[in-house]
Amino acid sequence: MQLPNAEQLLVELTEKMRPDVATNIALVGIYTGGVWLAERLHQDLGITLPLGVLDSSFYRDDFDQIGLHSQVRSSNIPFKVDGSHIILIDDVLFTGRTIRAATNELFDHGRPASIRLAALIDRGGRELPIAINYVGTTIVLSEDKMLALERNKNGKLNLSLYDRVNRNSE
Amino acid sequence: MNNNPQLNRDGELQHLLTTEGLPISILLKILDTAESFVGVTERDIKKVPLLRGKSIFNLFFEPSTRTRTTFEIAAKRLSADVVNLDVAASSQSKGETMLDTVNNLSAMHADMFIVRHSQSGAAHLIARHVKPGIHVINAGDGRHAHPTQALLDMFTIRRYKKDFHSLRVAIIGDILHSRVARSQIHALTTLGVPEVRVITPKTLLSNKVERLGVQVYHDMAQGLKDVDVLLMLRLQNERMLGARLPSAEEYFKYYGLTQEKLALASQDAIVLHPGPMNRGVEIDSAVADGKQSVILSQVTFGIAVRMAVMTILMGN
Amino acid sequence: MKIHIKNGHLIDPKNGIDVIKDVFIAAGKVVAIGAEPSNFKASRVIDAKGLLVFPGLVDLSVRLREPGFEYKATLESEMKAAVAGGITSLACPPDTDPPLDEPGLVEMLKHRAKSLNQAHVYPIGALTQGLKGERLTEMAELHDAGCVVFGQSDAPFINTRVMMQAMQYAATFGFSVWLRPQDVSLANSGVAHDGEVATRLGLPAIPVCAETIALSTIILMARETGARVHLCRISSAEGVSMIRAAKKDGLTITCDVAVNHIHLSEMDIGFFDSNCHLVPPLRSLSDRDALRIGLMDGTIDAICSDHTPVDEDAKLLPFGESEAGSTGLELLLSLVLKWSLEMKIPLISALAAITTEPAKILGIDVGHLSLGAIADLCIFDPNQYWNVEATVLRSQGKNTPFLGIELQGKVKYTLVNGSIVYEN
Repeated sequence: MQLPNAEQLLVELTEKMRPDVATNIALVGIYTGGVWLAERLHQDLGITLPLGVLDSSFYRDDFDQIGLHSQVRSSNIPFKVDGSHIILIDDVLFTGRTIRAATNELFDHGRPASIRLAALIDRGGRELPIAINYVGTTIVLSEDKMLALERNKNGKLNLSLYDRVNRNSE
Repeated sequence: MNNNPQLNRDGELQHLLTTEGLPISILLKILDTAESFVGVTERDIKKVPLLRGKSIFNLFFEPSTRTRTTFEIAAKRLSADVVNLDVAASSQSKGETMLDTVNNLSAMHADMFIVRHSQSGAAHLIARHVKPGIHVINAGDGRHAHPTQALLDMFTIRRYKKDFHSLRVAIIGDILHSRVARSQIHALTTLGVPEVRVITPKTLLSNKVERLGVQVYHDMAQGLKDVDVLLMLRLQNERMLGARLPSAEEYFKYYGLTQEKLALASQDAIVLHPGPMNRGVEIDSAVADGKQSVILSQVTFGIAVRMAVMTILMGN
Repeated sequence: MKIHIKNGHLIDPKNGIDVIKDVFIAAGKVVAIGAEPSNFKASRVIDAKGLLVFPGLVDLSVRLREPGFEYKATLESEMKAAVAGGITSLACPPDTDPPLDEPGLVEMLKHRAKSLNQAHVYPIGALTQGLKGERLTEMAELHDAGCVVFGQSDAPFINTRVMMQAMQYAATFGFSVWLRPQDVSLANSGVAHDGEVATRLGLPAIPVCAETIALSTIILMARETGARVHLCRISSAEGVSMIRAAKKDGLTITCDVAVNHIHLSEMDIGFFDSNCHLVPPLRSLSDRDALRIGLMDGTIDAICSDHTPVDEDAKLLPFGESEAGSTGLELLLSLVLKWSLEMKIPLISALAAITTEPAKILGIDVGHLSLGAIADLCIFDPNQYWNVEATVLRSQGKNTPFLGIELQGKVKYTLVNGSIVYEN
């Protein structure tokens, strides 16, 4: 299967988001791919509020099935969440469970005025009522595939497709 | 029975009973996970929903409000339900055995027991008899082990000193009776600290302790030379009752940590103490409150480390 | 009843017999070895082909737990266990409740044991009243009631003068005094050997000097008083060399070791296995090796089971709170065989330590199969393996460090006074 070019998609996503950029907009990237994207978007869109990063492991609903993810990173929200307008950034939107966990975590930092969602790819397969506001592209993938964003040592992003070992690994 | 009773067949941590024999990968995982929880404990809402609906029993056969509270806070920050049982005061006096108590509580669908007991090996015994799926954390058993205390000490050391491989660490005080010291020694040697010293009078030393990988000193001036980390131990008052020590005053004079003695260690040495401190016995107030003391950080990190241990156990 | 045991490999340490020979028993005695006597009409013929035939074992320390501790074990259960282990004579320590310190108790015990018609029971009388180490018992009266020797079991003498007087008084009548060397204040509340394992596990420790200091006191006092002293349950290398030296100096003392201690060390405690909580404590590997050598060179005379049945509840406690002791009657023989195989000692020498030697120490005429001897004997299959499991032990005590271990050698028949009291 021919995968889209990640760098190209990022350019498209940036342009879709640009009209909505305002001084009160804050970006929060979800580890790991979402943080890479958020770092680029933060710079390219000239966002003034500092960039937030989230690891939603502590809020996931699959802890009872698979335990804690092997490498949990610290979340860091360096701006005031109360009353903020946040755009959550993820690499691939799938079931929506990660977004649910991330949203819950954000609320433990305060009460945002609004939360929007941006992702490089929407691959369908939603299991929760989650809608996306900004998306690079939409592709349809069978359930047993895993789509992953990777970053090479030059900082270039690209997409890879894997056979899914574990239904819960995304 | 002689293989490591804390690990399951896949080598995952099932119970935390001692730091002895734990692979370095598990120690590091606990420390790394604790780093993430430090972030949580610094927020306004210091709570995550990880262990929502889990029942954690604080089973304290030996009273210790302080330790119990740190576990309680950690559990609550993970959204678990916590039940505190001061068993010393209740069922034991009615003739119920320790394992009876544990079985009764298991029937109430406990997910985890935090056990403190005055006898070495109590947590091992409970871990051997709980149903599969129930986890046991040793919160101190006799003179044997206090693994979460040692882990929070390791966490604190790593925060301030980064690399374990270039450190000289001295443990100072009552080695003979100290479960903290035993757990520290195993954790330090596993994490690759090349030189662990113990400094103590001969009456407070445990026979063949050098087999655990430590060097024994009886003189503070020699023992503290070039030391990067000082792990102070609490000296129980009852040690003065028998013939182990003549007086608190003499102990303080020769083994109490003063600014003067601290100056013998490395310039940037840090001082840790598991608390509660006996000021003027094992440590001088000027040191305890001084700028090389990281004692209050230990308390803060203690919550994060206990959250990490609980989370890792419950996830396995 | 006349019994003909044929084709068996007869081992009799006292008479130096180690050959395939038939044994003929009549009226409770050994009447012939080898050729069948004329007019011998066996009412029972036992084919012992491939089996070993040797004197019934003499065990120097068996706690029958009666009176006072019937919830741990009863005379019935333990006497059955004894013959199942090939033991036909046993000495029981005075640490019952109440202790064996008055003739009535001893007579009762002897009577109860006799009515069971199993192994011969030899009560060890208490040296001091209530084993408190303060006032002497009526030793002569106790002797008349059936006590063959006198001891303190694990109870200490607080006062060395009382100890000396007890030895002098016993020496007056020629009674043997049995003592386990342990300095009570040095042992303090220790539960494990003062070594690497106690340090690792944080267990209160008993130093070797608790044994050796008491031992030197006993040796000096034995010299001073002329009392016949038997030293019970030696545990340390240093202790063995002190006894070796004392024997070399001409002191007539004897000494035993518990069978667990010639196999195990502190390492076997592992992670707080309360079945390894024993008295005296399991010591280091080098101590264990010294005990093995002490047995081979005759410094240690006998091996005993030190049978101490403990109820399950008393073992299901943290190590330090658990009750010390292990069941041993049914393991003694297999463990002695294991030791002889490991050390490449001829079985005839190994068996001496559980037959002739302990009989000599007790001063009783058993433990051999001379013509006319009491027909106490054991027929044993050295090639049968068995697993030590709670369900196969007849003793009410299921506590042993060897639980779950496979052992070699099984008793097939045990005879006491010429009658078959155990058959498997």
